[in-house]
Amino acid sequence: MKTMREAKVGDTVTVVRVHGEGALRRRIMDMGITKGVEIYIRKVAPLGDPFEVYVRGYELSLRKADCELIEIE
Amino acid sequence: MEIKIALAGNPNSGKTTLFNALTGSNQFVGNWPGVTVEKKEGHLKDREDVIVVDLPGVYSLSPYTMEEVIARNFLVNERPDAILNIVDGTNLERNLYLTTQLIDLGIPVVVAVNMVDVIRKKGDNIDFDALSRALGCKIVEISALKEEGIGEAVEAAIAIAGEKKVSVPLHSFSGAVEHALAHIEEATVHGLPAEQQRWYAIKIFERDERVLSELDIDKETLAHIEEDIKAAERELDDDAESIIINDRYEFITKLVRKYVKKKDTGRLSTSDKIDKVVTNRFLALPIFAAIMFLVYYISVSTVGTWVTDWTNDGLFGDGWHLFGSGEYEEAVDSYGNETLFSNTELSEIIANAENSGITGADELKGAFDEKDYFAFEEAYGSYGEKLSETGFDISASVDPVLEGTPDPSEYGVWVPGVPVLADKLLLDENGEPVVAEWLYSLIQEGIIGGVGAVLGFVPQMIVLFILLAFLESCGYMARIAFMMDRIFRNFGLSGKSFIPILIGTGCGVPGIMASRTIENEKDRRMTIITTTFIPCGAKLPIIALITAALFDGAWWVAPSAYFIGIAAILISGIMLKKTKPFASDPTPFVMELPAYHMPTFTSLIRSMWERASSFIKKAGTVILLSSIIIWLGSKLGFVESSFCFSTEMALENSLLGYLGSGLKWLFAPLGFNNIKATIATLMGLIAKEEVVGVFGVLDFEGMGALAGYSFLVFNLLCAPCFAAMGAIRREMNSAKWTAFAITYQCVFAYAVSLVIYQFGNAFGGNMNIIGFIAALLAIAFVVFMLVKKPYTEKK
Repeated sequence: MKTMREAKVGDTVTVVRVHGEGALRRRIMDMGITKGVEIYIRKVAPLGDPFEVYVRGYELSLRKADCELIEIE
Repeated sequence: MEIKIALAGNPNSGKTTLFNALTGSNQFVGNWPGVTVEKKEGHLKDREDVIVVDLPGVYSLSPYTMEEVIARNFLVNERPDAILNIVDGTNLERNLYLTTQLIDLGIPVVVAVNMVDVIRKKGDNIDFDALSRALGCKIVEISALKEEGIGEAVEAAIAIAGEKKVSVPLHSFSGAVEHALAHIEEATVHGLPAEQQRWYAIKIFERDERVLSELDIDKETLAHIEEDIKAAERELDDDAESIIINDRYEFITKLVRKYVKKKDTGRLSTSDKIDKVVTNRFLALPIFAAIMFLVYYISVSTVGTWVTDWTNDGLFGDGWHLFGSGEYEEAVDSYGNETLFSNTELSEIIANAENSGITGADELKGAFDEKDYFAFEEAYGSYGEKLSETGFDISASVDPVLEGTPDPSEYGVWVPGVPVLADKLLLDENGEPVVAEWLYSLIQEGIIGGVGAVLGFVPQMIVLFILLAFLESCGYMARIAFMMDRIFRNFGLSGKSFIPILIGTGCGVPGIMASRTIENEKDRRMTIITTTFIPCGAKLPIIALITAALFDGAWWVAPSAYFIGIAAILISGIMLKKTKPFASDPTPFVMELPAYHMPTFTSLIRSMWERASSFIKKAGTVILLSSIIIWLGSKLGFVESSFCFSTEMALENSLLGYLGSGLKWLFAPLGFNNIKATIATLMGLIAKEEVVGVFGVLDFEGMGALAGYSFLVFNLLCAPCFAAMGAIRREMNSAKWTAFAITYQCVFAYAVSLVIYQFGNAFGGNMNIIGFIAALLAIAFVVFMLVKKPYTEKK
């Protein structure tokens, strides 16, 4: 399974599924990271984490650890 | 009939601006029952009968975050007459996701699409009519900032509330889901009002725990429903919650694709350009440091100090010069040169004293050589007596000079301060109070002195709050959290805890109040508790005093105080995070980074004033009461073994003094079993610099360096001053949590000082077995908490 953690800055990835459970998973999905959506990895924070991504027309900050829950194509 | 309109929308959608525009100054800010999330309500301008309730900004109505639960409980339980859903027009896709959930509630909804001016400027084209038909609710185009269309929006909401016509959800879910929903409605909620059935059915389908426990469905039905849900999940190869979310987003994506035509310029927007620089991999941290330095420099070092000095020495002091103080300073300079600094005999005595190494003589000599009159006066105040005792008596030549210091009120345009004005009212021409002596003392020392000391912080807070409001509303605050998250996450905090701690180095009060930007309530509480561990401006004199008196000005004492402060924050962070009340899933740091924009001046002022006035009001009452109690404690006492009140009470004879001697045993294990140190610690609760006032430099003789350091550490870490405690009370909005915070701080301070003193003694070959064991236990407990497994909610 390939997850978003492996994505590099500049990549555009397509989401297959969001794993995990509870509040965190729900939050990720509520923010628009759902099946089939395209995510552009814009940059990474100066200390190497989190990512800044572009999804559904806005900027979102995502920790790399949380990106492990996001399965991509 | 009163009409209640709920204002709902995503964070950063312009909700606050709209709310302010709608209600003007008719607002009541409070907290939602039981939690510290702000609750704002207000009458519509010129419409007493229309109440607007500002719900917390949320992305969804999930059952997980507190803000979401508050919003949804309000909507479900109180059922407002209409919902005015504000939507950021530049980001319809994510914003309309909440809209679909609001429509499902069966409450009339009007959608206000905000920032239409920006959309037009960009050249985007949105077919609002078609969108409105597809969503099944009225859409109004507005610009909250320019106050454009907000009248129409609220009129539409009032009209729809009057019609009682609910918005019928037009979005539907996949066939399998609709099939299950129909079964659920039939089996469980057909007893509820028709318009509410669908929302409950969807929540049951999602297995929403809150709704399930609220409805109390019998086991058999539940098992039956579960089969329907499972069937849908099998068919769509996903879990129920995801299916619903996916379907909602798919519905919106379709609408947006159909009705929103974005004019793609292919160029970077201004916001993108700014972001490219300020969160650049290499420039981000230097820029961040520069901005933080600037905030600190303006609010604490320069402007903040000027205004604080003005309030403390001017407004709550003797008074101030309206047009600068140049004239007066000149007069003092020439007076000093004529009287003091030309006195060669005096110069010689001071030089001799310095050569003999008398404490403080170097300071006196420095001020004398630089001809700095006020510095000399201050140094003389601290060390004059010591010089006299050691045979270098300069009082004969200095005292008369100081008596004749020029009166500032005779130069330039002089505005008297509050105490001087009070004197004018309360004293007759002979300088005798016209009211009872106790009343005079209560007013001057108790009320004006005590409350004035605290209100002195207000101007500084105002400066800081304006800067913070700017950082927040321009979008940079979110980037700070983005950049600092990596560091703070390790200590159970998030990037947002950095700001309060940084500001806390200036003053704990605004530091505590800055914790408001942290959304997660548990993290916010933890930040409030730990912020005052960092040495604030008022603690610096204590550090300076101890360093000078006991460590011969050693360079490492001050940095060590900061180091201990930071360590206390980090250790407390890790420890508290492992206990039940603070344990939470690592705060989902799935955070929107809003586009940068220039905030308006009025919004900055409004945000500043909301915070400052709430401090003045709420903290003010606590502080007034405490000031009066402390004043009473210092004036009531035993003189010649009879209990009496005297405005001239010596501190040692006062109740406060007795409290000090009664409590001093408590500090014996920390090494300062001494009345003065105990009183100083108590007085530090009024304001930390009071510690220095009670405990002059010379009182330290006979106290070892180790005990002195332990005293310093205890005073740095223990309960902060009343002003800060007032702020804690204000921000916690709970007596229980305030008590916990203060107790934790005191216990933690005690443990650290104990360890320092007992281990110090042990290494010095002077071990006290019981004390050493107690210190070992304290360390063992901390280590245990640090390595202990985190508390996890039982599933």
